[in-house]
Amino acid sequence: MSTEAGTPSIEKGSSLWRDAWIKLCKNHVALAGLGLLIFLCVVSLLTPWIAPYGYEQQDLLLGATPPSMQHWLGTDVFGRDMLTRIMWGGRVSLTVGFIATAVALAIGVVWGAVAGYIGGRVDMVMMRLVDILYALPFMIFIILLMVVFGRSMLLLFFAIGAVEWLTMARIVRGQVMSLRKQEFVEAAHSLGLPQWTIIRRHIIPNTLGPVIVYTTLTIPSVMLLEAFLSFLGLGIQPPQSSWGLLINYGVETMEEYPWLLIFPGIALSLTLFALNFLGDGLRDALDPRTAKD
Amino acid sequence: MALLEVNNLSVHFDTRDGVVVAVDDVSFSVDAGETLAIVGESGSGKSVTCYSLLDLLPKPPARIHGGTARFDGSDLLNCSAERMRQFRGNDIAMIFQDPMTSLNPNLTVGEQLIEPLIHHPIKTKRQTRASAKLRAVELLGEVGIVDPERRFASYPHEFSGGMRQRVMIAMALINEPRLLICDEPTTALDVTIQAQILGLIKQLQRSRDVAVIFISHDLGVVAGIADKIMVMCNGIAMESGTAEDIFYRTQSDYTRRLLDAIPQGAKKTDCRIQPDARLIQASHISTWFNDYSGHKVRTVKAVDDISLDIQRGEILGLVGESGSGKSTLGRSLLQLVPTQTGTVNFDGTDLASLSSRQLVPWRRRMQMIFQDPYASLNPRMTVYQTLAEPLLFHGIANRSNIDAQVQQLMDDVGLARAFIRKYPHEFSGGQRQRIAIGRAIATKPEFIIADEPVSALDVTIQAQILDLIIDLVERHNLTMLFISHDLSVVRSIADRVMVMYHGTIIEQGATESLWRAPQQDYTKNLLGAIPIADPKSERSRAER
Amino acid sequence: MLKFALGRLLQAIPVLLVVISMTFMLVHSAPGGPFSADKAVPAEVLAALEAQYNLDQPLWRQYVSYLGDVLKGDLGPSFKYPGRSVNELIASGLPTTAELGLYAMLVAVFIGVLAGVTASMRPNTLQDYVPMSAAMIGICMPSFLLGPLLVLIFGIHLEWLPVSGWGQIPGDKILPAITLGTGYAAYIARLSRGGMLEVLSQDYIRTARAKGLPEFVIIGKHALRGGLVPVVAFLGPAFAGLLGGSFVVETIFQIPGLGRFYVQAAFNRDYTMILGSTVFFATLIILFNLLSDMLAIWLNPKLRQQVRGDAE
Repeated sequence: MSTEAGTPSIEKGSSLWRDAWIKLCKNHVALAGLGLLIFLCVVSLLTPWIAPYGYEQQDLLLGATPPSMQHWLGTDVFGRDMLTRIMWGGRVSLTVGFIATAVALAIGVVWGAVAGYIGGRVDMVMMRLVDILYALPFMIFIILLMVVFGRSMLLLFFAIGAVEWLTMARIVRGQVMSLRKQEFVEAAHSLGLPQWTIIRRHIIPNTLGPVIVYTTLTIPSVMLLEAFLSFLGLGIQPPQSSWGLLINYGVETMEEYPWLLIFPGIALSLTLFALNFLGDGLRDALDPRTAKD
Repeated sequence: MALLEVNNLSVHFDTRDGVVVAVDDVSFSVDAGETLAIVGESGSGKSVTCYSLLDLLPKPPARIHGGTARFDGSDLLNCSAERMRQFRGNDIAMIFQDPMTSLNPNLTVGEQLIEPLIHHPIKTKRQTRASAKLRAVELLGEVGIVDPERRFASYPHEFSGGMRQRVMIAMALINEPRLLICDEPTTALDVTIQAQILGLIKQLQRSRDVAVIFISHDLGVVAGIADKIMVMCNGIAMESGTAEDIFYRTQSDYTRRLLDAIPQGAKKTDCRIQPDARLIQASHISTWFNDYSGHKVRTVKAVDDISLDIQRGEILGLVGESGSGKSTLGRSLLQLVPTQTGTVNFDGTDLASLSSRQLVPWRRRMQMIFQDPYASLNPRMTVYQTLAEPLLFHGIANRSNIDAQVQQLMDDVGLARAFIRKYPHEFSGGQRQRIAIGRAIATKPEFIIADEPVSALDVTIQAQILDLIIDLVERHNLTMLFISHDLSVVRSIADRVMVMYHGTIIEQGATESLWRAPQQDYTKNLLGAIPIADPKSERSRAER
Repeated sequence: MLKFALGRLLQAIPVLLVVISMTFMLVHSAPGGPFSADKAVPAEVLAALEAQYNLDQPLWRQYVSYLGDVLKGDLGPSFKYPGRSVNELIASGLPTTAELGLYAMLVAVFIGVLAGVTASMRPNTLQDYVPMSAAMIGICMPSFLLGPLLVLIFGIHLEWLPVSGWGQIPGDKILPAITLGTGYAAYIARLSRGGMLEVLSQDYIRTARAKGLPEFVIIGKHALRGGLVPVVAFLGPAFAGLLGGSFVVETIFQIPGLGRFYVQAAFNRDYTMILGSTVFFATLIILFNLLSDMLAIWLNPKLRQQVRGDAE
């Protein structure tokens, strides 16, 4: 028990956030995931400055070469450096992952919180709508959208975000519903606190845990969806590139030049690993049921 | 040699923070036809002791550190898994605390009842399902299930809590075990049902000459049924002896404290009712809920046309069994739930006609203490934040004197000032309830509703919190509505009592006169079912 | 139960109507008509084509007549395959895709449940870590990566299995089924582990232990039923996912199924084919969601009785 200087009698408390952080730090796999993720984000941000070659820089005479000292991850059939292409592709993949998740987060949290907080008939109608949307074949709709309106990044963000918010809404609604019945929220009501204060001080801080966990787990599923669409040729469009698109190109020539498939595949899988392990670790750390032992 | 003999049993738990000694060098024995009660507060190791006998503890973290346990001469602690399986449900059977969760919701009651017969072929030659069913139906009848033939095919959710516990008892007894372990079998039940289940266990034990280990936190409950009692605390057996020894010739201080903490008899402090000074007058309030859980919307009349008065300075007790609507009545008075009809006059103003914004100044004058000290505090706020919130919001304190005021509150409810920066999960249940009480009295209210404020607490803590409440009522001149299912607690604190049943008040009156001469049959039943912490009078009552 | 199913089917009708309408609007609001895509087509040919496909009529008329056709079960002619109807195309691809989906589902459910239940029996031991690490790999290895890698290893390097086709060479169904099923097996493994752990911590499992039941009865009879509820609830979405996954797998392995038709239709801007397939897929998905809902209800006695009570 540490004591603050000056007021030696005050014992410092340990908040649930701090407890969760300590628990996360003990989970080495999750921590490694977090580290890898930060590394990837930094690399993606700095790509225009640190990429070893230019994005469009071709060397048709060189052609496809296996990994070497000059080209660590080899080159593709146009002699373009794979490391550079994977770095630029990662920028796109991560951007789609983060922005589409943010869209899903914004819609889902607001929708779920309103339904859960108001409750009753409003909740019934709102969640009924979510149920119905769940039953729709969204994958097909996204493909349709991309076909009809052309393959734009912006559309991709919103199309994917519009699919992924449903689960988020359900989670937040369940959380808010159970919180609303908690006695400490009732106590806040009996103090006469205004609605907004109750939401801000008592509801939001206690829903944050599951939202963080689910957000972390949504990013990989969004990235997967993007890669899936790009692989089919219905997502990101050249000259832009993403890991899904690189894998698509890699498949075409995998018999002769397997590294063109394997390296983008490793990049995608590793990122998904990092995010999933981090999400699992966060779940364990933030889950109130495991908070006590 | 006794049927079960346990010597120097020690159970350790290997946790991240080191070894926790859950049971420390405990010895006891039980003989056929005998009842041993193991009594202790939460964390005393009473359940762990019994679970370790049947190898029901999760290992790891649990570990038998030492000791022996012999059942009819054979070793329980060092036997093969298959041998242990033969003990379980065959020689030694068990009944658990919560009948709502202890039966498999996916299987019919009958299917679960006959399982012990089907899977223990050694003792009772392999049974056909038909013969097993005959036996099960017979036993269901014996434990008091009406129409057992038909109920055999029902699912657990079609039974009430008391009925489920009867099914559990039948299931435990179906293989005619020689030892029955009951882990708080009546704690989750209403008091009248508790009396029935206790009677049933006693009667079945007599007719079968089975040995019983009865685990309980409540000395009052075991007084009537125990031959021997072992009192445990922090994994240590504090005291063992016959029921008479424990109750009348108490040796250990801890047992003494437990006995003293049991609320008994009338209120000891003076009545402070100010006659003709009515603080609250509620008339014809009804609170209905729409239940959306099923496929159809169902209306539940939780409070059905109730009128009541509360005088300044009085402590009004509100008793009733679970589902009677007593909590909803309390919340209706404070306008925490929307009421359908009726008026709630608080010091001359009808609260029901005010908007939530208009209610704010009134909220300062009335507060609530909740049941569950684990749920009633925001887990992400420190004690300081929790206590400062009402003070700042209602303008009672400002930035310059808030620290002093919060410290004053902590003194008031008996919390050390050093804990001011700590979070709720770092406190025990009793300390948390003190924080919650501090929050309720922070606004210096005139009226407080205490909704089962002590029912989640151990008996010694319960006594301390009750003392604190009485003390605060006197010091701050409070008026209180005290809601509880525990009649002894209400008797020890309330000036006047109302009995609630199915959303209505069926009887009310001054506490002692109500206890002396209850008018309604329901009240008589309720009062008659209260366990008395005195073996002699319990036994004479049972014989009557 | 029947009445409940019928009720749910009735509820599905407006949903389907919305799907059809949205799809129709989307397709018809596409910039540029369906024939303006690639090559310049002579004006008179274009007009003739548009007349043939009713494109010269007002939109609402097209919509009404399309709805009528759909109600009759007729999804219209294909734009790109003259003389063939969408119905024919779907009928020709469906058996292949259904077979692929069935095998993949079997792979997913059997391997997934087996791995999940095995892991849940001894949490935080090797018996838990090994299958769950495998599941994590399965989740992070999407089908469009796993498929080519399997082909590379088993098809090209080891030459054990054929690299493409469906039903022509013995064994050519193995790789596609595994490719499609693995991701879902991994997901189901995680779901069933979580569900089983939840159930195994319930009081009634302790009761079953205290009764002296053998371990296989405790797991098989008492725990599985509640533990697999999340898996059952996942079957509906999993089906929708498998359908989407078949697009990729059929493309990779060059399987003449619905998925490949759909992707080709999307590339070719074969509007009636897209429209027809979407309606068809949506109906299928809604049906399967209904089935998985009903299975979940049937597994829970309390819900079962509620449904029965409502129907009476």
